[in-house]
Amino acid sequence: MLRQGPRFLLSRVSAASMGWRRQFATDLPAETAGDSKFVEAWKKVIPNIDPPKTPSAYMAPRPPTPSTIPSKLTVNLVLPYSSILSGKEVDMVIVPATTGHMGVLPGHVATIAELKPGILSVHEGNDVSKYFLSGGFAFVHANSVADIIAIEATPVDQIDPNLVQKGLAEFQQKLNSASTDVEKAEAQIGVDVHSALNAALTG
Amino acid sequence: MAMAALRRDGRRIAAPLITPHPINPLRSSLASSDREHTLLGVRSISTQVVRNRMKSVRNIQKITKAMKMVAASKLRAIQTKAENSCGLWQPFTALLGDTPSVDVKKNVIVTISSDKGLCGGINSTSVKISRGLHKLNAGPEKECKYVILGEKAKAQLVRDSKKDIELAFTELQKNPLNYTQVAVLADDILKNVEYDALRIVFNKFQSVVAFVPTTSTVLSPEVVEREAEAGGKLGELDSYEIEGGETKSEVLQNLTEFQFSCVMFNAMLENACSEQGARMSAMDSSSRNAGDMLDRLTLTYNRTRQASITTELIEIISGASALEG
Repeated sequence: MLRQGPRFLLSRVSAASMGWRRQFATDLPAETAGDSKFVEAWKKVIPNIDPPKTPSAYMAPRPPTPSTIPSKLTVNLVLPYSSILSGKEVDMVIVPATTGHMGVLPGHVATIAELKPGILSVHEGNDVSKYFLSGGFAFVHANSVADIIAIEATPVDQIDPNLVQKGLAEFQQKLNSASTDVEKAEAQIGVDVHSALNAALTG
Repeated sequence: MAMAALRRDGRRIAAPLITPHPINPLRSSLASSDREHTLLGVRSISTQVVRNRMKSVRNIQKITKAMKMVAASKLRAIQTKAENSCGLWQPFTALLGDTPSVDVKKNVIVTISSDKGLCGGINSTSVKISRGLHKLNAGPEKECKYVILGEKAKAQLVRDSKKDIELAFTELQKNPLNYTQVAVLADDILKNVEYDALRIVFNKFQSVVAFVPTTSTVLSPEVVEREAEAGGKLGELDSYEIEGGETKSEVLQNLTEFQFSCVMFNAMLENACSEQGARMSAMDSSSRNAGDMLDRLTLTYNRTRQASITTELIEIISGASALEG
């Protein structure tokens, strides 16, 4: 209640009264600097309505950069439909960046990498799990946390080689017979993805 | 809203029947119900009006109960999707920080709302927050435009901010929400609107009875570079190496577009969950209210019926005693 003190006075001074506001259990205690500036600016202009919450209120804060290189890399692999890996501790990941396959170890320099369709391999001890990604972004932070955001990711053993060959032939044919730029671009994308799939299955 | 209308109507029609002086129900029912019948000389009081009222209230109760069940099943389906997508926006906030108080020249407020009504107050809340953000960010040399998703917000905002509305999209929930549809929508918005900062306003689904209005901010690549130079939250962005693409600005452009589509996808799912949850609770209170009204009407019906029986008895008995004595 004491923390609400100044806010309480402000609401008393303004014309409408908000009434008694219960302290919810879900209220997070710490507001970051950007948030409090926003909240203050909001209260000045619109005192009657509560300010909207912002995404950082719903997120657990990330760990700070440690002084020594940690032994494990924390990986989050997220898709629009599910989080495949979240907070998994691994030894190394190899991501298919547009500039080529990039290996990420704990203590890697902070990077933002654009991904092309290709294989992501996650190495933990002696286990290697491979996923075929359709493209996206990968962020490596200085605190040895890697976020990989892709649109689709399938384990490699779930890909059917016959369909891949069929798709590749189909898109190559479309590329040859394409007339407008849009069709050419679409066919080119199809060819790229299917060749990458092919390489993933064979390589 | 539906229940308020029902309550108001109930009081208006039930008022002559449910009197403030219950000690003389006879006189009141004689006086008020069916004056036209007494004119024709019919002695018995008709309970038809009350019965009709009860039938319609019972139908309304059935409909609202059914709507609640439908909303509950839709909520179950979409809630799993929303929970699965909640990890999608977190990497972006971890990288780029959360900067709702950024000061830019061109603000675009993307308001997400529902197409159908009867869902409680969530659309009004979104519109209020959007108007608040507009007021906060308006000023000399600053402009603030709206992009509206959903019929309900469009209806409310077109009344006073018609010139500020850039784009409006409706009928988004005809097919179940998926990322491809949202990606195309996001592409549409980014192509047609000039922006320095996009502020997405939606209702985050906390639980079936709690919806929190939230705003997410997506900055354009030029503003991101400017803020990175200025320091603060984005100051660490320069320390990140950029892999891929030819120039840093190209990668940042792709990053912004990707971030916008991911944040939009999550926001639309959360708003859809909030809509179904709000509709569930609105229909639930509506059915409960209809049930209460039905109880009150039943009491009135019985009172009226007993009063008419008593009147008949009195007439018969007084007639009989007049003949005898």
